[in-house]
Amino acid sequence: MQRNVLKQITNIILVAAFLLPHSVVLAEAIHEERSKYRDITVTQVGDRRCLLFNVHRGDRNQTCMMVDDRDLLVFDYTRMSFSGLLLKPDPEDILVIGLGGGSIPMTFADLFPNAKIDVVEIDEAVVRVAEEYFYYSDTDNMTVYVDDGRPFIKRAGIRGQKYDYIVLDAFSGDYIPEHMLTREFLEEVKAIMTEDGVLVANTFSTSRLYDHESVTYQRAFGEFYNFKLPTSGNRIIITQFDTLPPVAKWWRNPGVLRPVWRNRCTLNRIPKKTYY
Amino acid sequence: MGKKQPQVLPRSIIAGMAFVSGFCIMTIEMLGARILSPYFGGSLSVWGSIITIFMLALALGYLLGGRLSTKNPNAITYAMFFILAAAFSLPVILFADPIMEPIFLTIADPRYGSLFASIFLFFIPTSILGMISPYSVRLMVESQEHSGHMAGLLYFISTLGSAAGTLGTSFYFVLWLEVNQILWGAIAALVLAGGVILLTDHVQKLKSTNKSADYAKKRA
Repeated sequence: MQRNVLKQITNIILVAAFLLPHSVVLAEAIHEERSKYRDITVTQVGDRRCLLFNVHRGDRNQTCMMVDDRDLLVFDYTRMSFSGLLLKPDPEDILVIGLGGGSIPMTFADLFPNAKIDVVEIDEAVVRVAEEYFYYSDTDNMTVYVDDGRPFIKRAGIRGQKYDYIVLDAFSGDYIPEHMLTREFLEEVKAIMTEDGVLVANTFSTSRLYDHESVTYQRAFGEFYNFKLPTSGNRIIITQFDTLPPVAKWWRNPGVLRPVWRNRCTLNRIPKKTYY
Repeated sequence: MGKKQPQVLPRSIIAGMAFVSGFCIMTIEMLGARILSPYFGGSLSVWGSIITIFMLALALGYLLGGRLSTKNPNAITYAMFFILAAAFSLPVILFADPIMEPIFLTIADPRYGSLFASIFLFFIPTSILGMISPYSVRLMVESQEHSGHMAGLLYFISTLGSAAGTLGTSFYFVLWLEVNQILWGAIAALVLAGGVILLTDHVQKLKSTNKSADYAKKRA
């Protein structure tokens, strides 16, 4: 009996040791800087290089990259950001809010070399770090703008610019900035979407704002898909102007998303009336 | 030295009003970032704009309030500061979009955009609120020896009010209420403060006329 308990405790300790943020403990910081908005740290363990924000507060990795295999998307949520391709398989005008290490826009650029990609990042230091450590660079078709996402989108709306694939991946401090969590903001996003355009928003799958967030998206878009993976703390909201196809249709057409489907994922269609 | 001057308002009332004005200034300032963010984003420069404009407005308010206090300091002017500040805060609620939109459209740089938006939204009400402090000092001071003491006391109380307004707004009000509801609350508090001053002044005057009437009777 006692031995069992002891064994369990040892197990727990062993597991805990592995669960500890060992990347922080063992990883060598190859770059540290304090920018206008946050502490930026770049670490490397083996060939895995990660971008971390606010390490001292215990934030998670923002982005990781395998230096030897740069095309590999390390995190599930990054892969999940491409799930909108099921609804819009051939995007031509892509907007990504939040650069991070640049893995999302760079993957888009690889997949769709002819698509025009606009990236918005509020912190010029993040742009610099992405360029120096994560091999990000603007191309003829891909441009990063140092700006706040909300005014950028508002201005795009006034110019009458449209995008057919929008990724919302802006995080500051604890969560998504407040002014990008409102109905008014989503209305502005809607105004720059083409009729067949898709919106993919990266959110957390557990947060006190979860339900509020759902209602906000519902009010702006009607229905949306909730996309979760057991291995990821993120839920991806996928939505578009048109009526969303039934989930069953997605499974028949996994397409470019094979790496995502490998894991068992949850995809729920949230109808118009769930939360009212 | 030590020339006594008539007390226009009870000290406790003036102290309370200084608290209210400090509170409301910071409530509006804290909400400033929320109000500007849909147009100018949440960058550090937006905060910079708001704080700069509040500081400049307060500076001007202190200067003008001090000037005004030299000529016939009275409770009605004092009350007017509160009521006018409330009235000039109304555009922040009612016309925020029509004020910010043309600025957003003409100025591409969010730093200067937010600076100009702060001027148009916050400069006038904040200057008026700034006039309250020196005017309060004048109303509270009975004699010259007391002036430093009273000024210190008033700074203490109004800064305490500012601290309470900052904490209350950023920790709690924004969770409980919508931005406009909080602003309505601040406006209501200012109008109420003005009302309390006018009412106290009225009661004081009644009392003093009664006293002088008694005195006249006795003499007769």
